[in-house]
Amino acid sequence: MARYDRAITVFSPDGHLFQVEYALEAVRKGNAAVGVRGTDTVVLAVEKKSTPKLQDSRSARKIVSLDNHIALACAGLKADARVLINKARIECQSHRLTLEDPVTVEYITRYIAGLQQKYTQSGGVRPFGLSTLIVGFDPYTRIPALYQTDPSGTFSAWKANATGRNSNSIREFLEKNYKESSGQETVKLAIRALLEVVESGGKNIEVAVMTREEEGVLKQLEEEEIDIIVAEIEAEKAAAEAAKKGPAKET
Amino acid sequence: MVAADSRASMGGYISSQSVKKIIEINPYMLGTMAGGAADCQFWHRNLGIKCRLHALANKRRISVSGASKLLANMLYSYRGMGLSVGTMIAGWDETGPGLYYVDNEGGRLKGDRFSVGSGSPYAYGVLDSGYKYDMSVEETSELARRSIYHATFRDGASGGVASVYHVGPEGWTKLSGDDVEELHYHYYPVAPAIAEQVMEEATAE
Repeated sequence: MARYDRAITVFSPDGHLFQVEYALEAVRKGNAAVGVRGTDTVVLAVEKKSTPKLQDSRSARKIVSLDNHIALACAGLKADARVLINKARIECQSHRLTLEDPVTVEYITRYIAGLQQKYTQSGGVRPFGLSTLIVGFDPYTRIPALYQTDPSGTFSAWKANATGRNSNSIREFLEKNYKESSGQETVKLAIRALLEVVESGGKNIEVAVMTREEEGVLKQLEEEEIDIIVAEIEAEKAAAEAAKKGPAKET
Repeated sequence: MVAADSRASMGGYISSQSVKKIIEINPYMLGTMAGGAADCQFWHRNLGIKCRLHALANKRRISVSGASKLLANMLYSYRGMGLSVGTMIAGWDETGPGLYYVDNEGGRLKGDRFSVGSGSPYAYGVLDSGYKYDMSVEETSELARRSIYHATFRDGASGGVASVYHVGPEGWTKLSGDDVEELHYHYYPVAPAIAEQVMEEATAE
């Protein structure tokens, strides 16, 4: 009978946990994901590699809901994601049962991060190879929130963040262009950020939106809706370019 | 509004007239004691610990429904092992005032008014006949006081001091603690006897 008590994630002489760092590599190879928090809206946008023609795209959704008021997107190993999401969904219901209240976004993020940490300090297991972006509205206070977790088990709250492929360039874009927004502006910011690294078009992006008015509803945008917004963004970009070039010509 | 007496008895022997039956779980939540004194005290204290840990972990106070559920689940896990707890958890949270009845069988009920303990039927009579949802604080505290008094009048296992606490948005405050003997003469004053009257007249002249 094989023994599963030997630790796999152990320290290196200079204080690194190589398994965790390798897990972060797996995240860096995963598809890009962006999350933006507005004053009354939260948005998740994920890069969608071309769907094979015969695949049922609905079964390969990259943005999932953990409860009515919480949604999650991740970058990295999708099979690991499934396990983590299932455990998180159970915890959401368990919390409702014992505390008679829905979870806060921070609570479920802490739970997921705790799970990820546990797997860096247990015998016979490897860390989860994914970083998650968790959005939602807290019950009662209805404050929107965006959190990120990573394979090491750390988590923090963000106004806007990205993970997965080219997340550094997306984050740079967000830092330059972030401002407090609401409603459709928040959605546009998320899509604009993702378009920095993803080929333009509705069929390459999956977007989900949750607003405070309809906080029990995670709206997955249709391809056509995304195309319309992308077209708007392109138009705005073109107008900005023209405005830059315009005055120069006159002088 | 939360009120309780203060008598503890061991069979026919009154072991104490000054028991604190209203337990302060934290500054905004109260629990009442009925049944086994040790069981109630211990489990309320334990609940206070759990509530504090929840607030530290989640950076916000636990709700009254959550706290009462924690207690009910704990008691349910000891079901059949002889615990004797009949308690009410009263407090104030984000959703407003909350009142729950929890017992040693793991039962948990939400309600607007409860009466628990050996003297509870007598208290219910007074409570139910005088209760309205929109009473003022003074009216309600008087109703609570009277309910306890009437329970102590008829039930041998109830007596001592009738304490009344008010639970508001800022937390609980103790309103009064009256000896039920004094309350009796307050509600039912005794007219002075003839002899005393004559004595007074004589000295007045």
